[in-house]
Amino acid sequence: MKPAPFVHHAPRTVEEAVAVLAQVGPDGKVLAGGQSLVPVLNMRLASPGHLVDVNGVAGLDTVEVTAEHVRVGALVRHAGLERHDGAAAALPLLRQAVRHVAHPAIRTRGTTVGSLAHADPAGEMPAVAVLTGAVLEVTGPRGTREVAADGFFLGPLETVLEADELVVAVRFGRLPAGTRTGFAESARRSGDYALAGVALAVSTDGNTVTGARASFVSVTPVPDVLVLTPVLAGARVGALPLDAVTEAVRAHVDPESDIHAGADYRRMLAAELTVRSLVSTTTGVREGAA
Amino acid sequence: MSQSAADPLLDITVRVNGVRRTAAAPARRLLSDFLRHDLGLTGTHVGCEHGVCGACTVLVDGEPARACLMFAVTAQAHDVTTVEGIGHDPADLDPVQQAFVECHALQCGFCTPGFVTTISAYLDEHPDPSADEAREAISGNLCRCTGYQNIVAAVLRAAELRREREGTP
Repeated sequence: MKPAPFVHHAPRTVEEAVAVLAQVGPDGKVLAGGQSLVPVLNMRLASPGHLVDVNGVAGLDTVEVTAEHVRVGALVRHAGLERHDGAAAALPLLRQAVRHVAHPAIRTRGTTVGSLAHADPAGEMPAVAVLTGAVLEVTGPRGTREVAADGFFLGPLETVLEADELVVAVRFGRLPAGTRTGFAESARRSGDYALAGVALAVSTDGNTVTGARASFVSVTPVPDVLVLTPVLAGARVGALPLDAVTEAVRAHVDPESDIHAGADYRRMLAAELTVRSLVSTTTGVREGAA
Repeated sequence: MSQSAADPLLDITVRVNGVRRTAAAPARRLLSDFLRHDLGLTGTHVGCEHGVCGACTVLVDGEPARACLMFAVTAQAHDVTTVEGIGHDPADLDPVQQAFVECHALQCGFCTPGFVTTISAYLDEHPDPSADEAREAISGNLCRCTGYQNIVAAVLRAAELRREREGTP
């Protein structure tokens, strides 16, 4: 339960970090919060020869709120995002979701950008990224490119990132004024990996739903968006076609069975969480209004 | 995997409980092992070594963190507080430690250091928790002896003791 030996690199700038990554190639791994990486190293599921510890890189630890987005730097911890009142006001879904990431002691160190780069289907923030149309800012030796969250994830723990690239920030897109959001998940134990979870964005005109979208945790191989607008548009709050929502979710998700829960149960759970979140999001719960 | 036989020792300096401490350790040394093996601070206990049990929880810049999920080299930039830094004098216990004694919140004691650090940080931000909030606050720490009832009681008692010591009823 101890990591294998590795060479520790402590770059001070993004340029230095990507230079080292380019030099060591696939034998290198970026260390930021380490809350997913270090368990993997401790259990010797991976033994990279080089760790590029970016914790000392300047300028990556800020949250910026603009009219269009909330930009979260690569060293912003989950706890920092959770506490950021400006981010919560601009995009309430961020705080709604990040509170579900593991336990406080993990959120102290774990980074939001790191959870995107890690691309665990059980991660909360990848679901938020696709639902908000987030854009990742990726720097490599060839310069900086921007990658939409929709397309960033290739499969479980797999992304379009090259071995010599570093995600320096993510820009979560702000939702149109009046959009209500919700986040719900279910786990065997508080703070454990969710068996299923859902992030939801609903727009209304008075008491009538005009649009709705959802993305999921732990029940799709990569986070993607289910557009519920065809099912819900025109429906009145309080009389939503919940059976049709259930059917749409069940058809969309593709969970796997494992030791914690079967695929059928996870599918049922995803639909039920969506229905409950939809009801609570549309019935007078104002805290989620953007 | 790198086949390098070399696992060179680095001079690692971490500020622990207000004191700068230096020891030679390889880059792969976990903060939990650095505290225990290299600095002799055995109050921090090591359980699962993958972040689940919470026994190794220390405070990093005042916030709870798993010492087994952090390398000592990375901790050099931070102030680390262990259970020894919370209180080490039996005659002058911290409110959380005092509450554990009064409420019989430990049996074997293995998990206790992680609970004490976790609860101490929690009460800094939430000085007056309800019983439900107290239970949620300790949900990231495992105890195989007590069944948690007395630990929840200790969280509430610690909050009381803190208020008493601050002179506010």
